[in-house]
Amino acid sequence: MLWNLPFITVVVLTFIGLVTVLLKKNIIKILLGINILESAVNLFIVALGYREGGVAPIFTLAPSELMVLPTPQALVLTSIVIGVATSALVLSFAMVLQKKYGTVDIDKIRRLHG
Amino acid sequence: MRMSKIVRTAADILYPAILIFGLYVVAHGHLTPGGGFQGGAVIATGGALVIVAYNYKEVTGWLKKNVLMGQEVIGLFGFIGVGLLALAFGQVFFFNYLAGSGSLFGMPVPYGINPGELNTAGVLPLMNFAVGIEVWGGLTIVILYMLSGLEKEGC
Amino acid sequence: MTIIDFVFINAPALLVAIPLFAAFLCPVIGKISSMVRNLWVMGMMLVTAAVAFILAYRVLATGPVLYVFGAAAANLAIPLDSGGIPIRIIFTVDAMSAFMDIICAIVGISVLLYSLSSESRNSSLEGYYTLFFLMIAGVFGMVSTGDFFNFFVFLEILSLASAGMIAYRIDGGLAVEAALKYFILSTLGAIFVLFAIGIYYGQYNALNIAMIAQRMQFTMLDKIALVLLVAALAMKCGAVPLHFWTPDAYSMAPSSVTAFLVVASQASLYGLFRVVFTIYNITMNCVTVGWVIIIFGVLSMVVGVTMAIPQKDIKRLMAYHAVSQTGYMLLGVGVGLAVLGNTTLTSAFGFMAMEGGIFHIFNHAMYKGLLFLTAGAIFYRIGTRDLNKMGGLGHTMKYTMIFFMIGALAIAGIPPFNGFASKLMIYESVYLFNPLLAIIAMVVSILTLASFVKVFHSVFMGPKLPEYADVKEAPLPMLIGMGILAAIVILFGLFPQPVVDILVAPAAHALADQGGYIASVLGGA
Repeated sequence: MLWNLPFITVVVLTFIGLVTVLLKKNIIKILLGINILESAVNLFIVALGYREGGVAPIFTLAPSELMVLPTPQALVLTSIVIGVATSALVLSFAMVLQKKYGTVDIDKIRRLHG
Repeated sequence: MRMSKIVRTAADILYPAILIFGLYVVAHGHLTPGGGFQGGAVIATGGALVIVAYNYKEVTGWLKKNVLMGQEVIGLFGFIGVGLLALAFGQVFFFNYLAGSGSLFGMPVPYGINPGELNTAGVLPLMNFAVGIEVWGGLTIVILYMLSGLEKEGC
Repeated sequence: MTIIDFVFINAPALLVAIPLFAAFLCPVIGKISSMVRNLWVMGMMLVTAAVAFILAYRVLATGPVLYVFGAAAANLAIPLDSGGIPIRIIFTVDAMSAFMDIICAIVGISVLLYSLSSESRNSSLEGYYTLFFLMIAGVFGMVSTGDFFNFFVFLEILSLASAGMIAYRIDGGLAVEAALKYFILSTLGAIFVLFAIGIYYGQYNALNIAMIAQRMQFTMLDKIALVLLVAALAMKCGAVPLHFWTPDAYSMAPSSVTAFLVVASQASLYGLFRVVFTIYNITMNCVTVGWVIIIFGVLSMVVGVTMAIPQKDIKRLMAYHAVSQTGYMLLGVGVGLAVLGNTTLTSAFGFMAMEGGIFHIFNHAMYKGLLFLTAGAIFYRIGTRDLNKMGGLGHTMKYTMIFFMIGALAIAGIPPFNGFASKLMIYESVYLFNPLLAIIAMVVSILTLASFVKVFHSVFMGPKLPEYADVKEAPLPMLIGMGILAAIVILFGLFPQPVVDILVAPAAHALADQGGYIASVLGGA
């Protein structure tokens, strides 16, 4: 049961993230929900690489030769960078919307419809 | 909106230290955890510290947007240039033509657990530097633009 | 080694490297003067299109092309000491990828010529051209790659650059609202794709598409991954019921960007087909998944065209028609998928349905791009998109009217334009599968014609209005850009059979042939 703890955390974080994105009305809170979802998926991918008793996959002054897989860590690094770019873009959109519409409530930003 | 003298002095002293630590993380990317993006983000955080401590007019006196944009272009051009140089040497795109060759970063990597040699891994430290400079410029420009939007609102 | 040999061998890498190189140097060159920047972007786009055509010629002549990044030789897919696993990033260009490359190259050249004059009134154009080249690199990378995580990275590059370009003219905040809707939905879709990649990696310890396809056993986790991928990629291409971003994003973007967003949506459609045909093929229950895609297609067709009829904004109307035409592609390829397990039915009409769907991708990019560019030319001259305010433009904008007529007849499926050729293939094969679907498709086609007759009449016919008395024809670069697309619409409508034989049929066979794809990457292992 204890070995499944990372995966249980992934499910809980995904649920929290989805609820935040779907139910909150402020753009900044929706962005935080997207960040929580990204953290959940990154944790999922890193937890897949675990091998029992392994250490970090770096040869510089390593304690032993039994290491966890290095590929998921490269994938997660790319994903974190994409998350940073996503956050920067949504925050810039929120800034411009605040200036033009006067609000960041998505219920009120509805001039395009039909 | 300047902060008090204690905060400003602390930011002045800490910024070069953060800068050197960030460059250390960038330079040792092929031996320890780190590399281009992580080191660049650390340096940009140092820039954010200075921006928080001083107000916008003073900060734009030192961190100029043109210089940062120039850094971005140099970093990106360096990255793709190193990849395209492999094509000029007749190899495959992104081939590591400096590894094990005895020139710039060309010492052969020792096998197994070792204390870490800086002179190895060929093209990788060059790409790390290019990405580090690019991320430094890019993230600092993003923070500066968001700060400029704040100043215009007057809040 | 001559230049042609060099380009021949390294073409898949140059296809992504040259647009990135052009994008990264645009800000610096833009500071010199605007004439130098125009020459730079036009030159780089022509070089990229030339590389795309050379690569397509090589693939259609000699079979799938492999390009391994960072290896000792360009086709050393499996390193000698890795135990039979391809561990590097591989670009696998087979006939379907080459088909999408050709579409992107042609539309890219036309859109760039068009935007040289349509954007000349705006300032700070370095950002525009940088993001444009990033979009081009994203589409080329998405359709040429053979590694699933690389597909995700290019998908994100494409959606980030597209969101930036949709919000380019801030337009009092309306364009930013549209871009925000598009981007949040797009990010949710990309997170689902990453989840599916994690599921594949955890089970099969492989990220290469051919490797996952070889090791695929259809477990419960694979079913979850299939659902996540189909949902995310159908959202990205604008299928109902996930189409809500399409009218806002297509109408608020600058017109040249909208014409390229159509190609971006079709690149996601290519991703959907790659997942369903190459990774899963017959290990899953083809009939069920085929029927799900057919239902998506029929819903898109009907909802698209019925929502398009009461619209007053010309680009919003065209965006709903884009949703409707995506339904045709999904219907055609869905029928091909549903009969994939049954070889007699497949050779009877399955391949014709897939060829119809794939040919419709090409035709749709051409005539929809042409229609959006004409709407942009009208907006450039008058400054409004509201159909109630327009009228009598046929007197002065004669070439724009002719191009609009060609596009409208092509989308309604009237011979001799190219829409007729692909729609006829879809009607024939879908009728043999289930007659009701073919009848729905034909009714939708009639409604499309009705909608465009309304638009044509209200924009171009009627007396000259006094407020548009001094409206001139669109500028010459715009007319040349539109002319390239119109010429292809007419040409492919007059001679569809050579096109189907040379371009479309190899693409359909390459898509359905999972064993051939795996053998070309792993060398028959």
